[in-house]
Amino acid sequence: MDIPYTTQARPDTGVYNAKVGVWLFLASEVMLFGALFSAYILLRVGALPADWPHGLLNIPIGTFNTAVLITSSVTVVMAWASLKMGRFDRFKIFQTITVLCALAFLGIKTFEYRDKFTHYEVWKTDGSRLTGHIEGKPAFLTLDKLKDAKVEKIHFLPDPHHYAEGRLAARKHDVEHKAVEIPVSDIKRLSAFVPAHSTYFAIYFTLTGLHALHVLGGAIVIAYLLGPGSRMWFTEPERFINRVETSGLFWHFVDLVWIFLFPVLYLL
Amino acid sequence: MSESPEHVSRHVRGYLIVGAALLIGTVLTVWASYIDLGHQWNIVLALIIASAKASLVALFFMHLISERQMIYLVLGFTAFFFAGLMALTIGAYHDFPPFTVTR
Amino acid sequence: MNTQATQTMPHAAAVAAVEHEDVGFWRKYIFSTDHKVIGIQYAITALVFLLFGFGLIMMMRWQIAHPGQPIPVIGPLLEATLGQVAAKGIMSPDLYNSFGAMHGTIMIFLGVVPLAFAAFGNYVVPLQIGAVDMAFPRVNMASYQAYLIGGIIMFVSFFIPGGAAQAGWTSYSPLATVIPTHGQTFWLIGMVFLITSSLLGAVNFIATIIQLRAPGMTWMRLPFFVWAQFVTAFLLLLAFPPLEAAAIMQLADKLLGTSFFLPTGLAVGGQLANISGGGSPLLWQHLFWFLGHPEVYVLILPAMGIVAEIITNNTRKPIWGYKSLVYSALAIGFLSFIVWAHHMYLTGMGTKIATFFQTTTMIISIPSVIILTCLFLSLWGGSIRFNTQMLFALAFLPMFGIGGLTGLPLGFAASDIHLHDTYYVIAHFHYVVAPGTIFALFAGIYHWFPKLTGRMMNEFWGKVHFWGSLIFMNIVFQPMFAQGMAGMLRRMADGGANYSAAVAPEAIGTLSHWIMQLHTYILWGAVGLALVQIPFIINLFWSLKHGQPVKSDNPWQATTLEWQTPPPPPHGNFDKPITVYRGPYEYSVPGHATDFTPQNEPPRGKAES
Repeated sequence: MDIPYTTQARPDTGVYNAKVGVWLFLASEVMLFGALFSAYILLRVGALPADWPHGLLNIPIGTFNTAVLITSSVTVVMAWASLKMGRFDRFKIFQTITVLCALAFLGIKTFEYRDKFTHYEVWKTDGSRLTGHIEGKPAFLTLDKLKDAKVEKIHFLPDPHHYAEGRLAARKHDVEHKAVEIPVSDIKRLSAFVPAHSTYFAIYFTLTGLHALHVLGGAIVIAYLLGPGSRMWFTEPERFINRVETSGLFWHFVDLVWIFLFPVLYLL
Repeated sequence: MSESPEHVSRHVRGYLIVGAALLIGTVLTVWASYIDLGHQWNIVLALIIASAKASLVALFFMHLISERQMIYLVLGFTAFFFAGLMALTIGAYHDFPPFTVTR
Repeated sequence: MNTQATQTMPHAAAVAAVEHEDVGFWRKYIFSTDHKVIGIQYAITALVFLLFGFGLIMMMRWQIAHPGQPIPVIGPLLEATLGQVAAKGIMSPDLYNSFGAMHGTIMIFLGVVPLAFAAFGNYVVPLQIGAVDMAFPRVNMASYQAYLIGGIIMFVSFFIPGGAAQAGWTSYSPLATVIPTHGQTFWLIGMVFLITSSLLGAVNFIATIIQLRAPGMTWMRLPFFVWAQFVTAFLLLLAFPPLEAAAIMQLADKLLGTSFFLPTGLAVGGQLANISGGGSPLLWQHLFWFLGHPEVYVLILPAMGIVAEIITNNTRKPIWGYKSLVYSALAIGFLSFIVWAHHMYLTGMGTKIATFFQTTTMIISIPSVIILTCLFLSLWGGSIRFNTQMLFALAFLPMFGIGGLTGLPLGFAASDIHLHDTYYVIAHFHYVVAPGTIFALFAGIYHWFPKLTGRMMNEFWGKVHFWGSLIFMNIVFQPMFAQGMAGMLRRMADGGANYSAAVAPEAIGTLSHWIMQLHTYILWGAVGLALVQIPFIINLFWSLKHGQPVKSDNPWQATTLEWQTPPPPPHGNFDKPITVYRGPYEYSVPGHATDFTPQNEPPRGKAES
C-alpha cells in the first residue's frame, strides 16, 4: 500500500500532499498569530498612555536579530535551490548557516529576556513612577518578596527618563543619573519587566515567546534534514527536495511573522 | 515546484536581490520610526513597510507568485477570516455603548 | 494507485510492503497509522466520554430537582472518590459548578466532535473518496494521541484538590481566572492538546480530500458526507487557533500573573487584586466565540452529512438538490465565521455592531433551511425503508428543525435580552446537538456497523433504542423552553429554588410551582433516557460477536465507494484499483438492472479497466 502523490504532484491540483498540508498548517498559524495581533491592538487601544512603553526594547539588537532572521530565510531558499541544481554540498553549507542563524537569534532573544527580568519599575505611594535597576541586579523581585525578606529599603539606579515619555523624549534627557534609596514603605507596587508588569509586557512575551518556540521547532526540523534526514537525498532525492521545500515554507513564515513583530513591538 | 534546474539557477539572483531588499526595508523601518510624523502616521508607515517586506517573502521565497490555484483558494479564505476577526473584534470594541464607564 | 510514484521509489515501496505484513499488537491496535483503526479508536474513546458526560448531568439533574438531598445510589461513591465536596453524598455548589463546566466541555470537545468529525470522518471519508488511507497517516496517529492526552488531563482534573474547572464551558474571564483552584489550569492545558489534535486532524482531512480522491472522483461526484466533513475541517482549521491563542493568554493570566483578560480595578473577595490590570474581559469572549460559533456547525455539519447519506440510501432515490446541499454547506462554513458575537449581546455591545451580527445571524439560517428542506423533499415519492438508522435520520429532521427555529429569537438582540442565559438557551442548543446531532451519530453507527464488523446490529433492540430515545429526549428538553421563558437562569446549583414562589411568595416574577415542578419530570425523563441506552450498549457489544453476518459487501445496496470493498476493508482499503464513473446517488436509474448503481460501475458498453 502506497499513498499517492507523496513525491509527484497530483496532475489536477498541481501540488504534492505535503505542500497542501504545510500551507493548511500555515493558514491555521495565520489565525493563531492573527488572534494575538488583534489582542495586541485591543490591549493597546484600551491602555492608558502612561502604561504603554515606548522605546523600552533595545532597537539595535532587535534590528540585528531581524537581519539574522532575514539572512537565514535567504539561506533556506538558497539551500533548496542548490538541491534543485543537484548541489548537495552547497545545500549543506547553506543549511548550516541557517541553523547557526536560528541559534544566534535564540541566543540574542535569551539575552534580551534576561535584561528585562532585571529591569524594574517602581510605583511609589506618592503617585510617581521610576524605572531602573536594583543594586545587585536581582531578577523577578516583587514587593511581596521584599516584604517577606524584611528588607526596609532598596538601592535603586533610575533610568534617565520614564518609558511613557517615549523614545523621542529619551534623547533630550541626557542628564546624569545616580542611585537613590527608596524605603519599601514608600513603594506601592514593584515589578520587573516580566509578563505581569503590564499588558504590554504580557503581549510582548507571549508573542515573542510563541515566535521563539516556532524558531526552535523550525531549527530542529532543518537540523534533522541537514543531519540524519539528509540520507534520503541518496535514495529518494525528489522526496527529499520536497521535505526541504516544506520545511523552508515554515521557516519563511516564521520570518514573516517576525517582520511584523519587530516594528509593532520595538518601534511603535 | 517542478521546475528544471536551469529555471532555478535563474531564480537564485532574484533570491539574493529580495534578501537585500528585505535588509534595506529593515533599515528603512527603523529609520522611519525616528521621524516624527505624528503617532498615527508612524504606525501606518511602519505597517506599510512591514507588509511590503512580508509580501516579498511570501511571493518570492515562498513561491506564492507562481503557486497553484488550490493554495490561493486556501489562503484567500484564511485572509478573509483573518480580516473578519480583526475588523469585527476591533469594530465591536469601538462601538461601545456611550454610557459605558470603563473599557 | 499512482504507478508512476511507485516506480520512482521501489525501495520505499518494498519496505512498506514488508512493514505491513506483520506489525504486532501494539503497532496494529494502539500506535496504528491505519485510518480505520484510528477511526475506531476515536469512536470508542468518544463514546466512553459521551457516557461519562451523560453521567455527570444525571447527577446534576438530581441536584436540580432535589437540591441538598443525597444522590441515591451514586452519592456514597461520589463521597468516597471526591471527598468533602460531596459530603454525605450531597452535591455541593462547587461540585455542581465543576460538573456543569465539565459536562459541556466533555460533551462537545471530547464526545460529539471526536465522534462526528474524527471517528466517522476518519473511517468513512477515505473509503468514500476511494483513497488508500489518509494523506498523512502518522499525523493522524499524533492527532488521536493528542486527543487522548487532552481527555486524560480533563478527566484527571476531577481528582485534583479543588476539583475540575468551575467557570462553565465558556470559561469567561475574570471568573475563570480568579477561582483559586487549579481546575481551570488543567482545563486550559487539556484544551491546548484537544485544539492541537483538531488542527492536525483538520489539515489531514483537507489534504486527503484535495489530493487522494480516486480517478474520476470529481468535486461534484463527492458524497455529501465528504463535503460536510471538508467544510467542517476548514472550520476547525481556521476557528480553533484563536481559541488556542486565548487559552495561552488565559493560562498566562492564571500562572504568570498577567492581565490579558483582567480589567483595571478588579476586586476579588472585596480586595483589589494584585495585578497590573488594563486587560479586556471582552477579548476572551470574542476569541472564545470566534471558535464557539463555528463549533456549532462543526457539530451539525457532519450530522447533516450522515443523515443525507442514510436518507438517500433508504428512500432509494437520488438526493433532492445535491448542488444546493453542497453550496449551502459552503455558505454555512463561510458565514459561520462572521456571526459569533450574537452570543455577546448582553455583555456590552453597541447597536451598530449588534445590527451587523443580527443580520448575519439571520442570513446563516437560510442555508440551514435549504439543507433541511432538501432532505425533507428527498423523502417525497420514495419507497422508504424504515430501518433503525432511517428512523434516527428521519427524527433528526424535525428535532434539528425545532433546535434551529428556536435559535432565531436568540439571534435578535431584543428577544435575546430576555432569553439570554436561561433554560431556553439550554433547550435550544440541546435540541440541535442531542436529538439532532447525537441522533445522526446513532444513525451513523447503525448504518456503518456492518462495514466495520461484517455483522448487522439487532433491528428490534435498535427500534427500542430509537423510540425510547425520541420520547425521553423530548420529555427532557421540551419543558426547558417553558422554564427559560419563565425566567429560570441556567447554571444555578439549586435549580432556581431561591427564586421560586415557594421561597419568596411576596416577590414579583418568581418561578411558579408548576415551572419548578418540571424539574422532576425532566429528571425522570433523563433516567428514562439513560435506561433506553442500555439496549444500545448491549446491542453494540452483542452484535460484534453474534450479529447476523452480512450477506454481501453491500448490505444496504448503497452506491458510494465504502460499500464496494469487503467488510471490514483490508489494509489499503480496496483490493482492486478504483475508478469512479458517476455521481454519488444514482438510485433507481431507469433501465438499470438493480435500483442502485455504484459509483465505480463503468458506463454500459465500457468494460472495467
